[in-house]
Amino acid sequence: MTRPKPEDDEYWNSSKFSAFTFDDEDDEFTKMKESKRAVNSMLVDDDDDDDDVEKVSWSGEPIGSISWSVKETASSIRSSGEQSFPKIDITPSLPKQGSGYSLSSLFKGKQQVICCSAFTDTSVRAYAPELRKPKSECKDYMSDWSPEETVRRMRKGKVFSLERFRSLQEKLLLLDEAVSENDGNVITAVLIYLKKSLSKEILFRELMLREIALRHYVHYLKEMGEQKLLVELMKALGRTDDMALMQYKEHLNIKDEGQRRDFLKNCLSLPFSQDDAIHVQDHYTLLERQIIIEANDKRGDAEIFKKFPRKASILNMPIITTLYYSCFYHYGESDGTFSSPANIRKTFRISEKQYILTALGARAKLKSWFDVDSLFNTKNWLGYTKKRSPIGFHRVVDILQKNNAPVQVLQEYMNLIDDPELKLSLAQKYKCHDIVIDTYRDLKDRQQLIVYRGKVERGSKEDKKIEELLCNMQIRWKN
Amino acid sequence: MAHTGRRDAPELPDFSLLKRLARDQLIYLLEQLPGKKDLFIDADLMSLLDRIANVTTLKQHEVDKLYKVELKPIVSTSDQLCFLIRPRIQTVKWIADIVNSDKASGRFRRYKIIFTPQKFYACETVLEEQGVYGDVTTDEWAFYLLPLDDDIISLELPEFFRDNFLEGDQRWVTTAGSALRLVYSLYGPFSKVYGIGRCAKMVYESWRDQVEDGEQKARQPEIGNVFLIDRDVDFVTPLCSQVVYEGLVDDIFRIKCGSVEFGPEVTSSDKSLKVMVNSQDKVFNEIRNEHFSNVFGFLSQKARNLQTAYDKRRGMDIQQMKTFVSEELKGLKQEHRLLSLHIGASECIMKKKTKQDFQELLKTEHSLLEGFEVRECISFIEEHINRQISMIDSLRLLCLLSITENGLLPKDYRSLKAQYLQSYGIEHLLTFANLKQIGLLVEQQPGETLTVMESKVGKLVNDKTAGKLTDAFSSLAKKSNFRALSKRLVLIPKSGEEYDLRVPRDMAYIFSGAYIPLSCKLIEQVLERDGWTGLEEVTRMLNGHEFAVTGGTNGTEARIKTDPQRIILVMFLGGCTYSEISALRFLGREKGYKFIVLTTAITNSARLLEALLDNHA
Repeated sequence: MTRPKPEDDEYWNSSKFSAFTFDDEDDEFTKMKESKRAVNSMLVDDDDDDDDVEKVSWSGEPIGSISWSVKETASSIRSSGEQSFPKIDITPSLPKQGSGYSLSSLFKGKQQVICCSAFTDTSVRAYAPELRKPKSECKDYMSDWSPEETVRRMRKGKVFSLERFRSLQEKLLLLDEAVSENDGNVITAVLIYLKKSLSKEILFRELMLREIALRHYVHYLKEMGEQKLLVELMKALGRTDDMALMQYKEHLNIKDEGQRRDFLKNCLSLPFSQDDAIHVQDHYTLLERQIIIEANDKRGDAEIFKKFPRKASILNMPIITTLYYSCFYHYGESDGTFSSPANIRKTFRISEKQYILTALGARAKLKSWFDVDSLFNTKNWLGYTKKRSPIGFHRVVDILQKNNAPVQVLQEYMNLIDDPELKLSLAQKYKCHDIVIDTYRDLKDRQQLIVYRGKVERGSKEDKKIEELLCNMQIRWKN
Repeated sequence: MAHTGRRDAPELPDFSLLKRLARDQLIYLLEQLPGKKDLFIDADLMSLLDRIANVTTLKQHEVDKLYKVELKPIVSTSDQLCFLIRPRIQTVKWIADIVNSDKASGRFRRYKIIFTPQKFYACETVLEEQGVYGDVTTDEWAFYLLPLDDDIISLELPEFFRDNFLEGDQRWVTTAGSALRLVYSLYGPFSKVYGIGRCAKMVYESWRDQVEDGEQKARQPEIGNVFLIDRDVDFVTPLCSQVVYEGLVDDIFRIKCGSVEFGPEVTSSDKSLKVMVNSQDKVFNEIRNEHFSNVFGFLSQKARNLQTAYDKRRGMDIQQMKTFVSEELKGLKQEHRLLSLHIGASECIMKKKTKQDFQELLKTEHSLLEGFEVRECISFIEEHINRQISMIDSLRLLCLLSITENGLLPKDYRSLKAQYLQSYGIEHLLTFANLKQIGLLVEQQPGETLTVMESKVGKLVNDKTAGKLTDAFSSLAKKSNFRALSKRLVLIPKSGEEYDLRVPRDMAYIFSGAYIPLSCKLIEQVLERDGWTGLEEVTRMLNGHEFAVTGGTNGTEARIKTDPQRIILVMFLGGCTYSEISALRFLGREKGYKFIVLTTAITNSARLLEALLDNHA
């Protein structure tokens, strides 16, 4: 074991009486001298206690000595040298406060104050507490680790102790060191210690300046299910939107629908963003409605429920599903009832397009073609009815077809498609021969008609129709 | 479908060693706990465990009964309980509850938790807080790497993605570093490491730290270069519909730990069948990287060949028949089985895809990638939402729209969000908050469009002109980074040109010739340039965090393109898709590289988005 010798006996001797006097001059030079003395005094102490292996680092130098700690810092700065891969600069994109402190930087550089509330001498005590301790206490401190060494040991899964990090500065140095090493496991471990040993006000205040640590803390609290503390934290950070959402999220854990509704009602007063507030209001109104509808429909007295028994309850279903349900089971009810499609449409500001899509699906499923018709019928001022739709008629055909609508119904809507190409492709897809034939006739496309003839059954109605058309001398074919 | 590529590609290292190592470690850990014991296994570790050991292995080491961790009260009567789990607070809490209820009923047992791949302090703190620290002993099973195939290794940590990119929790950084270190010590030393992304940098540092601590024996490297990439560098690629066979199988049937369960609709029997899909499956191996449009043709050709081979039996004499049965029949039968399975799967894929208007969906995706007819795309998405078709697909399209357009216009955002909540449930408010946080679905901020340049110019001219300028600039600024990146890196091949999917000319074939995956293009460019030189503008648009470092000791050797130098390990942090793997395989064939993909997990659009949902308790 090699041990650095006290370089100068004078220092060592003088330290006996001067190490603990407080000089008025607080300049760096004095501090420097003081540290050196202290260091030397510690080395002597080490002499007395030879067999404690723990105190000696792998390089053989006593741990806790300045030279050791400086070397340690240096080794983490030293990049490639003879080592194979260089260190790369990880500049966190998020603000990082007060990190990068190390014992050595303090002795070298100008004293930087992390926290303004510090006493004049705290910094010295914080960074090198051993310097001011009587010799008798030195022994305990010998086995202490610097923030760097502590974090290093934590990362390697070795024994460590956080209890000695008592002053706020020490705690923060430790946290910043953990953050600078990018190890989330260690960051969280330090945060757990800080959570136990700092009041939440202080911890929140410091986390505000440390985004990376903050995110670890938030995630830890989420995983621990510490909802109340999380909400307080968000509030302290002024992140009211997040706080509101976090509280709103709780509703997912409530199984009973009545309780859930009441909880949502309480959520209405939370400081959501303007848009979200409307959605949460909707959520409450929706559940309230669903509870009423469910209570009535559960019995299933009406004819429609016997004919088409419900597969599931309507509770907690989305708005559109609820609308579909109401179009299915409560179609034609007056606007005044909560379960009527019109009422739901109005309450939740459902667009015409969305309403037509949903109602169409529900009425087609029930094969109520009359209802389907009336969805699109509009009367003009002369009293003629005309079909209009906010969704493309090709889409209407699609939905009808998916609900197994008969060919006549399909054809009627197919004929309303303006684009002949689209009309043709759909007609062919769903085998509406009449439409295909008529469209080719209108396009005066003789060639295609001849081709299509091969696709219909010989001697069928369609076949004859094509035959007639092809023989019709009055049509001026384009080909 | 023979691929013309360079034939001098180097051989891949043998990764089965990783499985042996993991198994030996597990056995060692079990032996540390002598006597009969019941073993509780985390649900998502079961498939993993299946790949390296079997029940017999466990029984041989005195494991009595096996249970799945279900976070419910247990029924075990054993005196020793062993828990093999991921380091999750919830699971540890459950274990603490078991111990405490045992204590309350005066029951004495021994408990051991084996965390894999490592333990976290937060978990141990739970044991401490619940007063069971000491009653429960803990250990670590350092099982970092599961080889899924000859060229795919997975950490099987899907939570890496959410933890790192959404929550901002760096707990897995060291894990990823350790995984890389393991590869390094078995197949290294590496000569160059390239990377991009904040997490990539951290993982590099963690790996370097760990390597510095240990010693590396001088050995012949089997892997020369490494590329680390964060998932958030490229979100577009995993959000696109996959159309290459392996990707499609994953999108539709979900490949889990390299195996897939085909339901009755595929097997055309009443039973489901679990099969491994990897290079051992000869039929699969030939179609996995193919565009789906080629698969049917290939399979029917295969079927015809098989028929011919079977037909050879006719007119054989006894002796010939004997040779046939002993030598060929088994192989043919095996091929027959695989062939019918993949034909069944292809049919099923076709059926599902035609049912959901896949063609239109693809058209919308391609338009979004190109920035073409965006209004039409928005109406398509709107209708998709209105009709309550697949919740995940709607979300996927919204995210694609947002990334490609650099955010949605505020009025579009508000209206689409409102409609989404109406269709799929208001609790998705939380999902939207998550997507905003991670940057996948955002609103264009009016302030954001003001560039530095703009304010500078604005100061020089009078207010009126400045107003006009602002308009001009905001329309410029609307051009998203994706659009600019795509232009810069030529990710969208010229439209109008015929793209022969049978003979792919670039990596775009994995998306029907419509788009070259950004992630893979970056890899190609960096390898070609041996660094990031000339890509400054690209990295700026990707928010930087790029690096390229050379190992000091063998810097000169690195220049020589020895075989190991052409073996490149690509590590995806946050997951990669099968399509990306196919693209890299293509790139490898073209350039004479061999790529090994090391990923935190295999992902696809559904997994990626499901990880961000918050609509359930």
